[in-house]
Amino acid sequence: MSVPETPSTSRYEISENPEGGITLNIHGNMGAANAGQMIDELTALLSDYSPSSLTVDLEKVDYLDDFGTLVLAHLRKLVTNGGNGFYVINSSDKIKELLSILHFDSLDEKMSIEKKRSSGIFIRIGEATLQHISDLKYAISFIGSIILSLVHICLHPRSLRTDDTIRYMQRVGVDGLPIVALISFLMGLIMAFMSSVQLEQFGANIYVASLVSLAMTRELGPIMTAIIVAGRSGSAFAAEIGTMKISEEVDALFTMGFNPVMFLVVPKLVAAAVMVPILTLFSDLFAIMGGLVVGVFMLDLTAGAYMSQTIKTLELFDVFWGVLKGGVFGVLITWIGCFRGFQVRGGAASVGQATTSAVVSSIFLIIMCDSVFSVILRYWG
Amino acid sequence: MGSKAIIRVKDLRAGYGEDIILDHVSFNVYEGEVFVILGGSGCGKSTLLKAIIGLIEPRSGKITIDGDEVSVDDDTTLQKILRKVGVLYQGAALFGSMTIAENVALPIREYTSLPKESIDVLVKMKLGLVNLEGYENYLPSELSGGMKKRAGLARAMALNPKILFFDEPSAGLDPVTSAELDDLILYLNRSLGTTMVIVTHELQSIFAVAQRIIMLDKRAKGIIAEGNPKYLRDHSQNQFVKQFFNRQADEKGVVSRGSQ
Ligand SMILES: Nc1ncnc2c1ncn2[C@@H]1O[C@H](COP(=O)(O)OP(=O)(O)OP(=O)(O)O)[C@@H](O)[C@H]1O
Ligand SMILES: [Mg+2]
Repeated sequence: MSVPETPSTSRYEISENPEGGITLNIHGNMGAANAGQMIDELTALLSDYSPSSLTVDLEKVDYLDDFGTLVLAHLRKLVTNGGNGFYVINSSDKIKELLSILHFDSLDEKMSIEKKRSSGIFIRIGEATLQHISDLKYAISFIGSIILSLVHICLHPRSLRTDDTIRYMQRVGVDGLPIVALISFLMGLIMAFMSSVQLEQFGANIYVASLVSLAMTRELGPIMTAIIVAGRSGSAFAAEIGTMKISEEVDALFTMGFNPVMFLVVPKLVAAAVMVPILTLFSDLFAIMGGLVVGVFMLDLTAGAYMSQTIKTLELFDVFWGVLKGGVFGVLITWIGCFRGFQVRGGAASVGQATTSAVVSSIFLIIMCDSVFSVILRYWG
Repeated sequence: MGSKAIIRVKDLRAGYGEDIILDHVSFNVYEGEVFVILGGSGCGKSTLLKAIIGLIEPRSGKITIDGDEVSVDDDTTLQKILRKVGVLYQGAALFGSMTIAENVALPIREYTSLPKESIDVLVKMKLGLVNLEGYENYLPSELSGGMKKRAGLARAMALNPKILFFDEPSAGLDPVTSAELDDLILYLNRSLGTTMVIVTHELQSIFAVAQRIIMLDKRAKGIIAEGNPKYLRDHSQNQFVKQFFNRQADEKGVVSRGSQ
């Protein structure tokens, strides 16, 4: 019961019989390693003849598997194109069994796999629209269940999963602090540097401090922080929930009587709502330090003057406003991240899509929400 | 019966991190045989399988497949060995973004020069063997657990490898499909001479297909019995082996499973 070494070539012998048919003697192996080559060689070989029938003698074949069967099917197609006969002779019992199990007699090379038909453009547009509508419905009902869970938490504070919440706080906040600090510091530096080029012409260097602090606390601090959190944590939320979804962990939670939203979303939501504002504060602080560095080393301002100008410019309301925005952005990021995670269907690729769209939609929503905040401030402020 | 040892495992020690799961494990698998690895859950059967095919690096010991030593570091030899084996993983491990047909066609497309239409025919034949014709365009996520197993099997045998490794092929299959799978295993073994290394718990299929078994044990961290399953069932002195084959619980209690 030994398997012949697979990579070996086959030899062929052709003899013509008086009726115009030919007999093909195959020696050696007919397996995966040489099936492609055999098809090419035999096609070339037989193109010199136009036999009335083809008899394939398998007596000297040591090994034949489904790849070999394919070669036989190919040969049959070559001759029977003209309506001629095709015969296999001297096959061993093993080969006979194989050919019958593989339904060699009904095996047709044209039996190719049809791809699922892709439908017309209108149908696809329609389907996409319906898909978006159902997405929207789901998004709204998802908000509903989050709110219900939050109400439940307010009524029964003990049902909040504190350990999870603290772990997510660490992931979102503490672990994100270095990158938020670095980027904000550099932003402060760049802003101070860019504005100083203009302000220096009027000898108004000191207003660099006002510009940096005001722009950062009100607008850029929260936005930058939120974008970083969306990239770090929003994507992680989507991937985590998405993976749990495909490995049926979410179903398991559900059947154990847990509310998946309460279990998976609320801790993340609370963590982000608390940590993003704190990160925003740090962002403001580091941006001001970045501006200070430019002010002191390039604009000949004293640190004291820079700081007192900053304090004079900033009102408590500005800081509060920025922090409030941070909190709202944090909630948005978690909502979108978890929502995309729960939408995952199928396999690994779907998790990738969910992660991407979590980040893209969060950034879009952050910017849109920020403009709403600006409008509110303009008319109510 | 072929007598050449196609897989040799010598004094293998394997584990994860601090834990040693298997120690002093030695056995041979002979060419053309159906070899079954048994043992209680968590005793290291999957670990042994992974060590043999070079997925995890053994702590010590030597494994050779068809004359070549399996070594995680020697990439060219490993590639050569891997061309000769097909693996069905415990969780089927189908690629989720590809249809069943694409999953099966992937190795064929990579390693043969066959034209696309021929590959389609082959894929249909392979899926026919595992009773999955008609599911070519389904994604793995659209199949049931047992169907995934069968599709994974079709992919493992895509290139008719010399050795097939199955990690619990019949888990999740109904008795009829499971019996058909046994037939398929025997048939592949008979007609193509494929060597089979199977991890399974199905007593019936063990008696149906296995020519030789080894039984691993968690406490012994190694082999506690080796030989023909029917013989072991009737003659083994080992308590756990007897329990296993006669499907009895431990007298001491449900939880403590182990050999004496
Ligand atoms: N990736 C891993 N890291 C650490 N330990 C592991 C890992 N995989 C398995 N183990 C440990 O190795 C031991 C053996 O696991 P293995 O998967 O080989 O068991 P098994 O015999 O295949 O069991 P089953 O029949 O349940 O599949 C177990 O105790 C398990 O805890
Ligand atoms: Mg296992």
